[in-house]
Amino acid sequence: MEPSLVTNIGKIQLDKPAMLASGILGISLDVFNRLYRSGAGAVVTKSLSNEPWEGYPNPTIFSVDGGGWMNAVGLSNPGASNFAKMIEPNQDVPIMVSLVGSIPEDFATMINEFKNCNVTAFELNLSCPHVAKVGLEVGDDPELVKQIVTTVKNSTNVPVIAKVGLGTTHYLNTVKTAIDSGIDAITAINTVRAMAIDVETQRPILSNKFGGLSGTPIKPIALRCVYEISSKYDIPIIGCGGISTWEDAIEFFLAGASGIQLGSAIGDNWINVFDDINKGILQYMTKKNYSTINEMVGLAKKF
Amino acid sequence: MRWWDLQRNFNHTTIVTIEKVVDETPTVRTLYFSDDVMSNVLPGQFAMVWIPGVNELPMSVMISKETGKAAFTVRKHGLASTGLFNIKSGEKIGIRGPYGNAFDIKEGNLLLVGGGTGLVPMMRLLTHVKPTDNVTLLIGAKSQEEVFFESLANELLKNNPHKVIVCTDDGSYGEKGFVTDIVEKLVNESHFDGVYTCGPEKMMYKTVQSAHSKGIFVQASLERMMKCGVGICGSCCVGEDLVCKDGTIFDGNHLSQNKEFGFTHRNKAGILEDY
Repeated sequence: MEPSLVTNIGKIQLDKPAMLASGILGISLDVFNRLYRSGAGAVVTKSLSNEPWEGYPNPTIFSVDGGGWMNAVGLSNPGASNFAKMIEPNQDVPIMVSLVGSIPEDFATMINEFKNCNVTAFELNLSCPHVAKVGLEVGDDPELVKQIVTTVKNSTNVPVIAKVGLGTTHYLNTVKTAIDSGIDAITAINTVRAMAIDVETQRPILSNKFGGLSGTPIKPIALRCVYEISSKYDIPIIGCGGISTWEDAIEFFLAGASGIQLGSAIGDNWINVFDDINKGILQYMTKKNYSTINEMVGLAKKF
Repeated sequence: MRWWDLQRNFNHTTIVTIEKVVDETPTVRTLYFSDDVMSNVLPGQFAMVWIPGVNELPMSVMISKETGKAAFTVRKHGLASTGLFNIKSGEKIGIRGPYGNAFDIKEGNLLLVGGGTGLVPMMRLLTHVKPTDNVTLLIGAKSQEEVFFESLANELLKNNPHKVIVCTDDGSYGEKGFVTDIVEKLVNESHFDGVYTCGPEKMMYKTVQSAHSKGIFVQASLERMMKCGVGICGSCCVGEDLVCKDGTIFDGNHLSQNKEFGFTHRNKAGILEDY
């Protein structure tokens, strides 16, 4: 049988396993269409808030010597309402809407804005490492995670994903809380809180001082997290963190992810990276005689 | 190029010291610094410029007559550009890049249309024309005191058949009126092998329309709210194009298909606003 790139992430079925990660390029439907044509299986939007946010002043992105990126964009976004109007005409592109907020009501209000939109899933950003009162500060609070997931699940029939990261609460506890509250899938991981200082001017480079580290330096950490989650819980997982080649993608499948997300790789290799990864995965599947992605998921756990 | 330039990570901020500041007009200054990479960028390419403690912004790289040097010509406008405008000789800024594509420079009769600091890539383009090219440069400014680079352009073109035409909105210097009216007149009267423009979007839009409708090859260098400069953040999208990664230079064929060019841009939150 010819290998197929179709993957099932629980209730979510995608034609291709590699998605655009949240925060990257995600503010125009035209760009979403272009990414979809370039081989992305889905696009995850920038994290949307109830009100428009301008984000932090520049510098917001910094290239790390030796690979990887650090960013503190500050969750700039046009707000859920404006964004929903923009994607209303969408027919073709599987769009996962990323949401960020401080209280359960924020999320319920935003989900209601998307009632006329073709949305494949909602991804709850419980792990942004560089904005106060949202993101990791929410993910670190188990009671809040429980309330938010419960509220969101009661507000929509669309599958809901929780994106977790490395905060002060053990991420596995956040995963468990989300699962117990009815979450449909987990995205792991977000960027890792980090910083950079310029030695000449002796000041932190990012305007926010702290940012999130992404790209190849965090790949082994993300892979470990996916492996740990899939070893401990029976929940569909989307792997995210430093994936830039088809070999990286396969590694994450073997660790237990049934889908993957790319971000930093686009900064390094531009959007051809989706097509390159898709081709590489197909060649690997032919060589190893797999017909579906899901046959590979979690195989490394038997050792 | 020296070995350490080849080793340099272009995405990593390099600190340079401003060596000279020249007032071009009451609101425009040129800041000179030494950097081999930036001195050799192609016409149209830009750098992300960090003003420590203030902001970081995209800037087209200005030429210097001295080897190994480059400059930024900035108009004080918002927080970031005013921060750069206020940098003094001896102070340090950070640069990364160069980023973006370059003008595709044709041979023969060339028309360059620059408004305000949009003249910066035009000056670099002038250093790349062939001695046989017949070059017309249109400079648009609000008033006489905001006219700059006129004598520099004449000097750069001294070995070419050329014309430098200045027009001011209030008629206080050169011709009175908008450059786009002169563009329309010129493309009707003469044949051009290439038209290049950078400046206010409405000016570029009309210039592209005038040239493209006559079947003349035309390119414009677009400006948008930019955060990363490397195709990650998405702030600078125009329709499906990313100005930092696909541009900043686009040709008339492409731009005439783009619904946003000439009409809308995105603010810091990514909301579309009319020009």
